[in-house]
Amino acid sequence: MDPANDVTLTVNGTRVSRRIPARQHLVDFLREELGLTGSHIGCEHGVCGACTVRVDGQIVRGCLMLAVQADGCTVDTVEGLSDSKELAALQKSFHEKNALQCGFCTPGMLMAAQDLVRQGKSLSREKIREHISGNYCRCTGYQAIVDAIEEVLQTEVIHGQG
Amino acid sequence: MKAPPFAYVKPRSLAEAFELIERPGAKVLAGGQSLIPSLNMRLSAPELLVDITGLSSLKTITLEQGVVRIGALVTHTQLAESEPIAKHVPLLAQAVSHIAHPAIRNRGTLGGSIAFADPAAEYPACLVALDASIVVQGKAGERMVPAQKFFKGLFEVDLAPGELVVAAEIRAQLKDERSAFLELARRHGDYAIIGLAAYKSKGNRFVFFGAGATPVFARHASSATEAKEAVSLLKKDLNPPADLYHSPATKLHLAGVLLERAWTQLTTSR
Repeated sequence: MDPANDVTLTVNGTRVSRRIPARQHLVDFLREELGLTGSHIGCEHGVCGACTVRVDGQIVRGCLMLAVQADGCTVDTVEGLSDSKELAALQKSFHEKNALQCGFCTPGMLMAAQDLVRQGKSLSREKIREHISGNYCRCTGYQAIVDAIEEVLQTEVIHGQG
Repeated sequence: MKAPPFAYVKPRSLAEAFELIERPGAKVLAGGQSLIPSLNMRLSAPELLVDITGLSSLKTITLEQGVVRIGALVTHTQLAESEPIAKHVPLLAQAVSHIAHPAIRNRGTLGGSIAFADPAAEYPACLVALDASIVVQGKAGERMVPAQKFFKGLFEVDLAPGELVVAAEIRAQLKDERSAFLELARRHGDYAIIGLAAYKSKGNRFVFFGAGATPVFARHASSATEAKEAVSLLKKDLNPPADLYHSPATKLHLAGVLLERAWTQLTTSR
């Protein structure tokens, strides 16, 4: 039988406690225990970025962290940041620029992009590409994704310093 | 791909950690950015994971009497954002942006990278170039190992059962010293095809990674007095193994390209 541990963590503002197998990944915990299927599972070894979530304010790979390691942590997923409207500008820009086709990579891409937006700096396209280099998209060729992020960065910086 | 079953424990003190890691089938978990993929792919099947990330004493960067001590649990992101590192160990500050991607840099640690000793990893080569010391601790106490001796073979390090890497100690870079870090990869954040950590103090120290089982100190090239000579001496120092895409000859050529670029940086940068 799988050894199990008790965990208590805050997910999208709600405190949850569960007894879970030690080997369960954070992204599996979110999807299977909590029904938060916005964080996707792609490669399951840290290459594709589809499972990107935020733990204690920093983006991480949900497949390279055990759920038990998130004990006591604050976890935010694409659902939480959508509901709080934190992602609203990026979502609008992704929509307008056609920055997705199949949409599988989009939740992870938004989480990585928002990490950049939060830094509040206007950045070159090269820097944007560097920041999302750990998130694979197999449809768009990235051009439109970079367009979308670039637009939000420029708008945020103008408004932020307005 | 799901990890095989294991038990998990998170010690609150070093003493407790030393007890736990001696148990049969125990494995140390730090940032987990190499260990967890290997568990997912079932390349490793420990019975017990000892998560040392609760040991806050291993998370600090200090500067004392010209020596920078970096705790084993300092993450790549912490290193990248550290002022003392940017000022006193610029080689590491340059290296860190080549390590994987932001989401991985937020969890991966210096100590994990040192103890795992991937031959394509950035830190081991930097530490050899900097002539750093690896601080190893076990129940019996602390010992210092020169980086060049610590990396013994492919994924093999001078670490006895029951011991942990607790820190790395590096002499702060002096005003007239220079460092350069260069890496070639197919995509940003990928494993290096070949890379070079270079340090110029009284003499040069050129250390290549992705060029053998361990970081390779290019002894002959390091003793050269001009770039062309250094490049021509490289073949005495390096015999890089082929990877999926690059023959040994290609890698040797690319090593020479990096060496020339590093030479320019070391002699012109301020």
